[in-house]
Amino acid sequence: MSVLEIRGLQVSVDTENGSVEILKGVDLTIKSGETHAIMGPNGSGKSTLAYSIAGHPKYTITGGSVTLDGADVLDMTVDERAKAGLFLAMQYPVEVPGVSVSNFLRTAATALRGEAPKLRTWVAEVKGAMEALNMDPSFATRNVNEGFSGGEKKRHEIMQLELLKPKMAILDETDSGLDVDALRIVSEGVNRAKANNDLGVLLITHYTRILKYIKPDFVHVFANGKIVEEGGPDLADKLEANGYADYVSK
Amino acid sequence: MSVLTTNYLTPTGREEAWRFTPLKRLRGLHDGTAIVGGRNSLVTKAGLPQGASFTRESLAPLAVSDDVIIERIRGEVSDVAHLSIDANAEIKEPIFLTRSAGALDSAELSRVRISLGTHAVATVIVENIGDTLLAEDLEIALAPGSSLTFVTLQEFDSKSVYTARHHAVVDKDATFKSITVTVGGDVVRILPTVEFTAPGASAELLGVYFATTGQFFEHRMHVDHAVPNAKSRVNFKGALAGRDAHTVWIGDVLIRAVAEGTDTYELNRNLLLTDGARADSVPNLEIETGEIVGAGHASTTGRFDDEQLFYLMSRGITLENARRLVVRGFFNEIITEIGNEEVQERLMERIDGELERAGA
Repeated sequence: MSVLEIRGLQVSVDTENGSVEILKGVDLTIKSGETHAIMGPNGSGKSTLAYSIAGHPKYTITGGSVTLDGADVLDMTVDERAKAGLFLAMQYPVEVPGVSVSNFLRTAATALRGEAPKLRTWVAEVKGAMEALNMDPSFATRNVNEGFSGGEKKRHEIMQLELLKPKMAILDETDSGLDVDALRIVSEGVNRAKANNDLGVLLITHYTRILKYIKPDFVHVFANGKIVEEGGPDLADKLEANGYADYVSK
Repeated sequence: MSVLTTNYLTPTGREEAWRFTPLKRLRGLHDGTAIVGGRNSLVTKAGLPQGASFTRESLAPLAVSDDVIIERIRGEVSDVAHLSIDANAEIKEPIFLTRSAGALDSAELSRVRISLGTHAVATVIVENIGDTLLAEDLEIALAPGSSLTFVTLQEFDSKSVYTARHHAVVDKDATFKSITVTVGGDVVRILPTVEFTAPGASAELLGVYFATTGQFFEHRMHVDHAVPNAKSRVNFKGALAGRDAHTVWIGDVLIRAVAEGTDTYELNRNLLLTDGARADSVPNLEIETGEIVGAGHASTTGRFDDEQLFYLMSRGITLENARRLVVRGFFNEIITEIGNEEVQERLMERIDGELERAGA
């Protein structure tokens, strides 16, 4: 049983006009097996929350704490956070020219498992993960995210989620840019990871449609850098009907 | 042993061709003060396949050169190491040439010829290794319809000085592809040059270089489109790490008035891995006719992409390994063109080692 605890998190980012505060005190606790949806309008700071937890250098933590099973996440380097069990599925996965998907996955798995996976079982493992996400075998030889379609990038992220087996996953707008079929395939991948690894999920989304496939236990409405309302799955239905207008004007 | 004759114009560093080169570090190759030893270091690494021969013979130069060091070599040396591929021979396995001897207290003046008969196909890999003072006039003759992949590996130790012209003369419908890799030496200055003598010829000049602390690597291309309907591509990628690492890439492409239907593109990309290094990149396209298929160039110099490093590290990969992956990936596009796994892996390991030594 793992617990990701976010307390009073304040984050700012440097802009041309000086430092701007984006997160204004976020409190959130996620336990293994739970799925929390964070919903909010564009520009509310949802992605900043995701990237701050993962340790992107662009963001400066100005207050609060993030711990995973009591360990200070904010004190860890980016790779240490991954080794502690955190995973961020990115909205815009980055191209790494000249580095093949298979080389990348094996390097990551070696780093996270502390030893190189045995070649024979590893090849089968990757093949299985790719098949489960309807990915062509030629994918493994392509360069990381280079020339991938939007849907391919998201499948590649979820394939990593399944292979690398983190304790906590943050999915940053994984649903954006996916057609209905791809959304279903990607969601099934997330649900498999939940079932197999007792994964805790922080699902960041703008729209409710992904919640039909990945059922949240808790829904948090995010606006102007903090959580403004919390509830069960029915809160998503309310948002579907009324939009975010009530929260933005607050 | 003899001292080079000195009735040549000694470069001062003010000439366009020499303005980047640290002349004082050339150990007298450029001004005739180097003592010439009697070395003929280029040898075949293994037995030669059928259809290939390697001899020493007296040969007149293929093409004129205005490079003063090349002129000096030609003034001193008539004996040429000649690798010849018979007409119509199709040699699948690469032919390796390597260095059998080296020294820093005397210079080797080397003349090399690689010639392919009509419709011959071959891959030649030249391994430049050890610590040596070496000036080389290397000429390549491609007969009509022949195809050569020419790989030169500058894997020198840290004190070597190597100045050379690698000049290809490409005849009708012949295909020349060169891959120039420079990862070792104190000063390396190579002139990869090409002239087309008949239509339908093509040349692809690829290269990678990685200079670390104090190293100077210069690659000065010249592609002469003197006939119609020839195609050329240039793609050189360089990385630099450590104080006073300095690279120079010059891409001179000349499209003469008669060279209608020319198709050319040249590209140079540099990756600055630390502060204190300097990459000079000068594409230079001279076009004397508008009746061409295409002509273009691009040059970029950048640093590590923080987003790439973040992405890799977010999957548990350490900063050091993430950098290594990105650098390997950067060079991979060119290195894989060599087509020999053993050589490719050896080069990647050398690059890893250089990266580590430079503390990047």
